[in-house]
Amino acid sequence: MLTKRIIPCLDVKEGRVVKGINFVNLRDAGDPVECAANYNIAGADELLFLDINASHEGRNTMLDVVSKTAEQVFIPFTVGGGITDMERIKQLLRCGADKVSINSPAVKEPDFINRAADRFGSQCIVVAIDCKRKAGTSLWEVFVNGGRINTEKNALLWAIEAAKRGAGEILLTSMDTDGAGNGYDLPITRAIADAVNIPVIASGGAGNCEHFLEAIKEGHASAVLAATLFHYGQLSIKDLKQYLAENDVAVRV
Amino acid sequence: MTAIIDYGMGNLRSVEKACQYLGYSTIITSDAQEILQADNVILPGVGAFSQAMEQLKKLGLDKTIIELHKNGTPLLGICLGMQLLFSYSLEGGRHEGLGILPDGIVPFEKEVKVPQIGWNDITVYDNILFKDVPSGSYVYFVHSYKAPSIGRTWTAATCNYGSDYTCAVHSGHTFGTQFHPEKSGDVGLKILKNFLEQRRDK
Repeated sequence: MLTKRIIPCLDVKEGRVVKGINFVNLRDAGDPVECAANYNIAGADELLFLDINASHEGRNTMLDVVSKTAEQVFIPFTVGGGITDMERIKQLLRCGADKVSINSPAVKEPDFINRAADRFGSQCIVVAIDCKRKAGTSLWEVFVNGGRINTEKNALLWAIEAAKRGAGEILLTSMDTDGAGNGYDLPITRAIADAVNIPVIASGGAGNCEHFLEAIKEGHASAVLAATLFHYGQLSIKDLKQYLAENDVAVRV
Repeated sequence: MTAIIDYGMGNLRSVEKACQYLGYSTIITSDAQEILQADNVILPGVGAFSQAMEQLKKLGLDKTIIELHKNGTPLLGICLGMQLLFSYSLEGGRHEGLGILPDGIVPFEKEVKVPQIGWNDITVYDNILFKDVPSGSYVYFVHSYKAPSIGRTWTAATCNYGSDYTCAVHSGHTFGTQFHPEKSGDVGLKILKNFLEQRRDK
């Protein structure tokens, strides 16, 4: 049976993991390659590197991180952040990334999704959507530029459009729940997961095992992403998977 | 030396790195002579079936691959590389494949999400490719089309997504996996190693 995926997210800046990672045996908690290798051993199904560099040099360093990770870690990984053109996608895939995640540039120029999917295949194009509920309504709006700009675009319709244009997966982050640790945003996750025929990765809000279970069972997510919870060792992937298995969720163990 | 066939379809780097990690030397090439001289050959590939066949033909490598199959050089098709071994695919209309295996590649049933992305467990047949890999092992898949039949002489492993289908093939010295051994953690590396240990008789 196809299992639900657990995906840790690593923020990387100038070749270093920004939010500290609290692995017991880590020699260098800031080394993304070592963190990735440890997550592989810990049972992560996939990894997401979020490139939070602003500078050109930093972006080149990211290629190095990707290349070194691909030499040592043999599970799939996605790179997101700052991907604005085809050349960048080509570079990242060449260095060994399996997928790229595109956010704001896809909203600004939706045809970018078509071009990227046509050239590299839908399987490696993840469209990331940051959204927030419009107060007093049951509408979620799409935000870009790291959540700073409200495009007033309907998130559900945008997800459907992205899938039609060739996205292979949707990475959905709710800004309402992100960082609070009170659970994923179930209504919008479920609405999008039910509306598109591609997998939806739920992101933002995980605080305990139950939250992952809800995202899968009630939110209909195909995969669940978290950062802080795993990094600081509050929850091990092994324990999480055991909990999910006990609750009838298919996981890779 | 392991030849990894470069025909402009997708990411060869991961396969190369996995082989090197296992201690095997590799060459990424589209040169027929280099391919024919290798100890074993990997045909990777992601993307569209018809485009891939077109590329292989343009480079004259369709004939090279069929020759590998005939002369007993161990060959491993991965993902789209496995699909190309079949007679045809219905992806984007009907397109002819290499015809090393009978039968064709078809879309998934309507009720499942496509592509299938993620880890699924496989049921393995008695096969050198799955030496020390038990049924129930998880491997990583990304695909929208599949080899539907099971229980054929060339079926090496099956998987279930919507229904049971063949996810690994074996005929003579030719092998294929729909999943990505180079992205399937330790299990995948073991499968890849099982393949790389097969060498052409010189």
